[in-house]
Amino acid sequence: MSALFSALGAGFVFGIGLWVSGMANPKKVLGFLDITGDWDASLMLVMGGAVAVTAISFRFVLERKKPFIEQTFELPSRKDIDIPLVAGAALFGIGWGIAGYCPGPALTALSTLSMESVVFVSAMLVGGFAHRALSGRK
Amino acid sequence: MHDFTPIPALAGGALIGLASVWLLAANGRIAGVSGILHGIFSPPEAQWRAWFISGLLLAGLAWQAAGAPVALREGFPPGWAAVAGLLVGFGTRMGGGCTSGHGVCGLGRLSARSLVAVITFMASGMVSVFIVRHLLGVTS
Repeated sequence: MSALFSALGAGFVFGIGLWVSGMANPKKVLGFLDITGDWDASLMLVMGGAVAVTAISFRFVLERKKPFIEQTFELPSRKDIDIPLVAGAALFGIGWGIAGYCPGPALTALSTLSMESVVFVSAMLVGGFAHRALSGRK
Repeated sequence: MHDFTPIPALAGGALIGLASVWLLAANGRIAGVSGILHGIFSPPEAQWRAWFISGLLLAGLAWQAAGAPVALREGFPPGWAAVAGLLVGFGTRMGGGCTSGHGVCGLGRLSARSLVAVITFMASGMVSVFIVRHLLGVTS
């Protein structure tokens, strides 16, 4: 049970970070990706601030034998760079550039029940299911 | 660059990083939102994922309840929102992550795979904005 409350708390702080930083505002995101327009570099600092924290802290966290609540660390094991990685990232970027939403900001913005966030999140779920169906994974 | 907001950007980014450290340190899991969202539909690890996503939604509700500014965009074409959502949903599953999993966590783990993904989606995002906003003239 404490693992679930912990996940809830982490999601909450993550979401507040998205709002504070401006990531939850798609106009701000598009202003960052629009390098030929009136470029807004702010989101570079969002990523920089976040990665500074994770890059420093993760190594100490992973020196522990196990997490504080769960019994094991579940980390991605793949190291290869393949076509689906690059093609998938490219498709994701195209969608990100169209609407200004990536998954986290879209989900926390869904709380406003704005038409665009409802449509975007619904379509995002359909896209994920479509990939699952096409790749034949359960 | 009149919209530049370095302090909230750094502070918010640090919170996002802290939340990711929290999830790894306590739960031993990577805070990759696209994977967490779609993992809700594949047991056995569905439950904590649903709680994490609920936390994201609660953050939005709390933000609004506190009267903090929400810059709602009016009039973005729903058809474009649907196309964008499909691409983001499909692409993040195909590429195994999004801005959080590959960006915040993957770069934090010094993963070469994630670095390639981040460079790719940043670049394609910039090209996409140029085409959609400046060539096609979609208002956003």
